[in-house]
Amino acid sequence: MPKWSGKLEKVDDYRWRIPKSYKPGMRVDGLIYTDEGMLPHILEEQALEQVANVAFLPGIVGYSLAMPDIHWGYGFAIGGVAAMRVSDGVVSPGGVGFDINCGVRIMRTNLTREEVSPKIKALIDALFYAVPSGLGSKGKIKLNSKEIDNVLVKGSRWAVENGYGRPEDLETTEEGGEMAGTDTSRVSGRAKERGIPQLGTLGSGNHFLEVAVIDEIYEPDIARAMGIDRVGQVMLYVHCGSRGLGYQVADDYIKEILRAMQKYGIEVPDRQLACAPVKSPEGQAYLAAMRCAANYAWANRQCITHWVREAFCRVIGKSERDAGLQLIYDVTHNIAKIEDHEVDGKKEKLCVHRKGATRAFPAGHPDVPKKYAAVGQPILIPGDMGRMSYILVGTEQAMKETFGSTCHGAGRMQSRTAAKKQQSGREVLAALEARGITVRAGSLSGLAEEAPEAYKDVGDVVRVAHGAGISKKVARTIPIAVVKG
Amino acid sequence: MTSVTNGVIIIAHRGVNIKRNCSSEHMRKCVIMKRFELIEHTADMGLEAYGETLAEAFANAAYGMFSIIAELDAVREVETRRVEISEEDMEGLLFEWLNSLLYYFDVEMLLFKRFDIIEFGEGRLVAECHGEKYDPSRHHLKTGVKSATYHMLEVDREKNRVQVIFDV
Repeated sequence: MPKWSGKLEKVDDYRWRIPKSYKPGMRVDGLIYTDEGMLPHILEEQALEQVANVAFLPGIVGYSLAMPDIHWGYGFAIGGVAAMRVSDGVVSPGGVGFDINCGVRIMRTNLTREEVSPKIKALIDALFYAVPSGLGSKGKIKLNSKEIDNVLVKGSRWAVENGYGRPEDLETTEEGGEMAGTDTSRVSGRAKERGIPQLGTLGSGNHFLEVAVIDEIYEPDIARAMGIDRVGQVMLYVHCGSRGLGYQVADDYIKEILRAMQKYGIEVPDRQLACAPVKSPEGQAYLAAMRCAANYAWANRQCITHWVREAFCRVIGKSERDAGLQLIYDVTHNIAKIEDHEVDGKKEKLCVHRKGATRAFPAGHPDVPKKYAAVGQPILIPGDMGRMSYILVGTEQAMKETFGSTCHGAGRMQSRTAAKKQQSGREVLAALEARGITVRAGSLSGLAEEAPEAYKDVGDVVRVAHGAGISKKVARTIPIAVVKG
Repeated sequence: MTSVTNGVIIIAHRGVNIKRNCSSEHMRKCVIMKRFELIEHTADMGLEAYGETLAEAFANAAYGMFSIIAELDAVREVETRRVEISEEDMEGLLFEWLNSLLYYFDVEMLLFKRFDIIEFGEGRLVAECHGEKYDPSRHHLKTGVKSATYHMLEVDREKNRVQVIFDV
């Protein structure tokens, strides 16, 4: 892999710019959030070329943005944010990715590490059996070809109406877990066939369930608004997406939009950047199908949340109320959304692509739940499975600079093959156990691929996001037990 | 496995059964030729696949993809699915071919290991794919493949070589 040696200008300690003069065809500059420490890693691969390529897309405004966890993806870089005018800009399925609405949620509990630790093995086993995970797992929910459409329209609400979770969970889910503007006729039969058996499954790869404890609180008042009040408090994470249904929607529309591009006279430097005008029939069809897939993913996390609560209460021997299992928030990492933002002093409707990036809306924004109106939208940044994860909130600065967006995770540093060469799954397991982290994994080789050493230190990523002001650190968690898909 | 009988070479492990009369020199060449090679990619995984013909490279790409997903040695050839694909160009054909096979894995849990390409032409592919339903007691799954992508996707007609990056 050649190093990237394109044009790059340092703006300040946290910002680097790729000027649009770097490549003829770039409509805006690229802007990368990083620091001197992380930049050398970024330059080792072609992620910045991808940031430059995204700047070619019609209707892009501001910058082609790269969050601090940026790494080489396909088409768009992972950690990429791009906003296009709805009036004359495009939507790109590749700018969302295959795992539509891959996302993460966190639940608080009333329990402390001391109360949970003695039962941790029983707890992780209970979680492992309660939530189907791993490649080739099938869900426990029986859907038919009619009912799947209700899932695609109602998302989390479908789950709650069918006994999975509580109505208040919807208030603390991005979009209420139910994105409007769906059209189930835009989702192919194949996508639905893939989705029917997989609802309520974690999947594999980097998807996980985690039992974590609060390790540091930076903003006690904001943390309190989230129900986080002490170090040692136990938290539960769920990270997964839209499974085969989302992949199929992406496949279907990348093909359809590639075919349509000629008609609209659009040329892109990488076919994976295939795009169509937001207002075109193809663009509208994709958005409607993508929202269905996003709702599927929210229903998926909501069903899993219910089983996690049941398993937790059973092992700990407390009722849900006594255990205090409230959903703090659920964020999506892979999505395109129509949002209002200020561009050159004017309010404009934009199609914001977040590909491995999180929405980061500030206090007072109408889309932030009432509960968090005074503190800002919670942002969840899972790290690798051996180190910490962070809880942040959105800021005004993010609204001004990044269309209300920030990082989404640690970002891979090492390929899966390289990770496997370095350590076996068994070695990774032993190293984690030695650090007091109990792991249950469907596959040992999958575990080796997800070794902590394959990832950047999420602490570095969050330091840049916080330092640049595009989000604010609230609290940090460390894992005590993990189920890997 | 490769078996040679009376100048007839059968190379099943290349993902496609080729049975033909060969000279000993040709035989040697067939045996040493690689089916595919993995491409390192930070977040994802890709492969380059080769063949005596472009059709064989397509078959080997499919074999390579399933060998990312599972250990194929224990997979028997007991189920067959006929896959028919028409696309506007060869790149689209490769994308759709691989993604169609992933669909079978998701919906029917089928692991394929042999691909007999019956028809192959500009934008058209018909294949019989042989394999077995996933059985957790005998099969070892490795890495989930979400989709083939168009990123760095190449179909080289001159060298009978294809390249694809997967979202894993």
